Amino acid sequence: MSVAEPWQTAEIPGPKKAIVMAKPEIVVAMVKRAKRPIMIVGHKAAEIDLGEEKLIDYLIRFAKRTDIPVVATAHIIGEFLKRGFKPAAYMPAVNIGSRLADPQWEGLDGKGQYDLAVFVGMQYYFEWLILSGLKHYAPYLKTLTLDNVYQPHASLSFPNLSMEKWKENLKVIMEKLEGGE
Amino acid sequence: MKELKSDIAVVKDLEISVGKIVSEEWEEPAGPTPFPGLVDLRNWDMTLLKKYKPFYLPFCDVCALCTFGKCDLTGNKRGACGLNMSAQQSRIVLLACCIGAATHIGHARHLVEHLIETFGRNHPIDVGGVNVDVEAPVTRLVCGVRPRKLGDLEVVLDYLEKQLTHLLSVTHTGQEGNNLDFESKVFHAGMVDQVGMEVADLAQISAYGFPKADPEAPLVDLGFGVVDINKPVILCIGHNVPPAVGIVDYLTDNGLQGEVEVCGLCCTAHDVTRYNPKAKIVGPISWQLRFVRSGVPDVVVVDEQCIRTDILLEAEKVKAPLIAASEKNCQGLEDRTHDDPDKIVEDLVSGKVPGVLILDPEKVGEVAARVALKIAPKRKKFKVIPEVNDVIEGAKRCRQCYQCTRACPNNLSIPEAMKAAAEGNLNKLNEIYDDCIGCIRCEHACPENLPVHSFIVKAAEKKMKSETFKVRTGRGAIQDIEIREVGGPIVLGEIPGVIAFVGCANYPKGGREIAEMAMEFAKRRYIVVTSGCAAMSAGTYKDEEGKTPYEIFPGYFDAGGLLNVGSCVSNPHIAGAAIKIASIFAKRKLRGNYEEIADYVLNRVGAVGVAWGAMSQKAASIASGFWRLGVPVVVGPHGIKYRRMLLGRADKEEDWYVYDARTGEKVYVGPTPEHLFYAAETKEEAMVMIAKLCMRPNDTTKGRAIKLTHYIDLHKRLFGTMPEDIHLFIRTLADVPITMKDEIIKILEEKGWKERPIPDPTLLPRLIRKKKEE
Repeated sequence: MSVAEPWQTAEIPGPKKAIVMAKPEIVVAMVKRAKRPIMIVGHKAAEIDLGEEKLIDYLIRFAKRTDIPVVATAHIIGEFLKRGFKPAAYMPAVNIGSRLADPQWEGLDGKGQYDLAVFVGMQYYFEWLILSGLKHYAPYLKTLTLDNVYQPHASLSFPNLSMEKWKENLKVIMEKLEGGE
Repeated sequence: MKELKSDIAVVKDLEISVGKIVSEEWEEPAGPTPFPGLVDLRNWDMTLLKKYKPFYLPFCDVCALCTFGKCDLTGNKRGACGLNMSAQQSRIVLLACCIGAATHIGHARHLVEHLIETFGRNHPIDVGGVNVDVEAPVTRLVCGVRPRKLGDLEVVLDYLEKQLTHLLSVTHTGQEGNNLDFESKVFHAGMVDQVGMEVADLAQISAYGFPKADPEAPLVDLGFGVVDINKPVILCIGHNVPPAVGIVDYLTDNGLQGEVEVCGLCCTAHDVTRYNPKAKIVGPISWQLRFVRSGVPDVVVVDEQCIRTDILLEAEKVKAPLIAASEKNCQGLEDRTHDDPDKIVEDLVSGKVPGVLILDPEKVGEVAARVALKIAPKRKKFKVIPEVNDVIEGAKRCRQCYQCTRACPNNLSIPEAMKAAAEGNLNKLNEIYDDCIGCIRCEHACPENLPVHSFIVKAAEKKMKSETFKVRTGRGAIQDIEIREVGGPIVLGEIPGVIAFVGCANYPKGGREIAEMAMEFAKRRYIVVTSGCAAMSAGTYKDEEGKTPYEIFPGYFDAGGLLNVGSCVSNPHIAGAAIKIASIFAKRKLRGNYEEIADYVLNRVGAVGVAWGAMSQKAASIASGFWRLGVPVVVGPHGIKYRRMLLGRADKEEDWYVYDARTGEKVYVGPTPEHLFYAAETKEEAMVMIAKLCMRPNDTTKGRAIKLTHYIDLHKRLFGTMPEDIHLFIRTLADVPITMKDEIIKILEEKGWKERPIPDPTLLPRLIRKKKEE
């Protein structure tokens, strides 16, 4: 499997493709560098089992550590609340997508449009298309996906990763965040 | 000509078109837009598009439609022709809708021609006898004519074909350049599609004697397990029913009805059961391969639309002859239409040819029946589903390369299931069956050429064979009396909504989600309407007593009803019900008065379409017909691949003002309905959104309170919290559901909510009555 093939074989985008994040540290650097980051979490985050925890548990720790505002999509808000974490907002994925593609949108806090959107946990093809919309209509926005599959429409994406390698990457990210680097 | 008076007669509304005459006795004056052209409803479209802005989700960065290309359209670049990405995406949506509309209109043309040939031009249009006076609401609304006879439908079809040709021409290089104008034409394609579907269903109901607006249409058998495998079996696949009718007629005329099983897949299945309730429905489109490979069908008859294009190869594998019966789908077979049936039967039974093309429905009937009877004892239900040992041995060859999963639309965990199967455990393969849409991309991707789909089918064989359900066969139109009884409660909001589950079977998690959603809303006393493959999936559930949804819920167009209107071309009965509410209940003028009726529906009729497994171009055009009429459509996650949403912005207050027709003042009504076209990630998300989209500006306080009760209740149950946008939907304190009063008032205080008036809502300045009152 090539490192930069879309996970779903036929989902070939075109000339502009995501930069492959060879190292997980890039995630940390991008989030830290961003002035207005936001994280969009899809419903699969509550289904994906990382072994010791679900992906959503990891993402809560990620959000707390980075202070990144979280938008829960689909019906996943309840899963966050159950865990005592209140996302900045919840709304359908197409709603947050269209808002991020609107240069006039003032953000969840009224302080302006975002410059980095971290996506994670949607169906592959669903996220693929939301990211496509943003690639084409939100030139001010960088998009990054934390999923273990290559999303060619993002600005930055991991390549297709095994579960083990992905968990390792997520662990490194958290270590770097906790280390305060 | 409006009126012609002479000594002997008064002729009203005489229209003459090329070679044909539609004589009208309809006293209702013609509205502003009979037979509208491409731009006649453009203002209405732009009004909608201002509120529901397109959000494009390009499926491809390039355009490759002409030899200038491929053109890279990323980064706001324009192609060699000057088109930008937004216009290109909307152009592709228009192309899809033209394909969809052409398919229905072509279907209607073939059907009407055949029925005129068989029953005569003067055969009356009758879809419900005395119970249905407004027999063709969509045609009346759009075209401004009232078809009385089969022959009257030809003028309507002429109009549709003309519009369709113009619409398709718009997609040529160097034509339209503005995305919103493309979108307006998308709506136009959807509208003409809706008329085309109505024409097809009016014709077949009238000529074939299908149930006529019958709430108690027969319950028919549904599912893999309902087919009697001890008999010769003829399987009909497709949408255009005359060949299936030919089969039923031949069997009946020759006293063979009990000796041969006639079953169907996809909409032909619906329509053959409307013709003869003893026919059986195997299931939606996705069930094609699992059923054929099981070896049950002895003869496969295909007409048109949604048929697997490799059906001949699959039928050959199980030694079942194929009869292609539509000029649109010849399958490379020799045309034997004019051959002696004895010779055709002999060639098929002997295996000399794998299939034939017969473009004569009656002859298809004879050949299919005779071949089935002769070949069944020879075939002995020869199947290509492997035995358990073959599955286990095959699974041992799996390389765990994940090419199958990467090819699977639903990303199913096939390698894990193969691993378990290799160890003798088929449970995981059995589980995959529930979510499999039967596309067999996994098989084409497998480097070991494993028949993955057949493995899945084998693992689930027991479950599959126990699939025995009931579906109420397509009832057709909604009666005028039903509309009179529920029109008030719907418009006032006391019946919380009309929810239509329509479309294909490209489900993210199996057809059971349709049954779950349909039952939930029927229990909540919404009116739940179904059609097409979704109507079948809605029936695939059994309660503790073994009752299926169509047995649990009545087939009346009333609160708590679950109604199957029929096949894809029956969808206009759903649109027609909304139109008839405006016409019959509210006495709005119908004739050629599209804009006013659509404005009425958008502001007052809490109807929502749900195409959870929408796959086809037809589904795209069906949806666009609903959009122009003011009915929002929710699609499942795969529906995002239609590459464009029409989304309202609840956070932009300025988008949600309507005119109060009583005063001319602009009044904020909240995001009602919030979206026009919207893809949900999950069933739970969709259910909450469906309940929300049923709210309309015209709801009375009692109606709004009922709608809010359901919205909040579903939100709490499925999202685990109170909705945060309740304040946007509460106009006065009387809107607040009484059982939630304290909780909601607290929220309203936090949000700084203020009371606001409930208008007589319209988006059309010409409907303001202020001058009259002054």
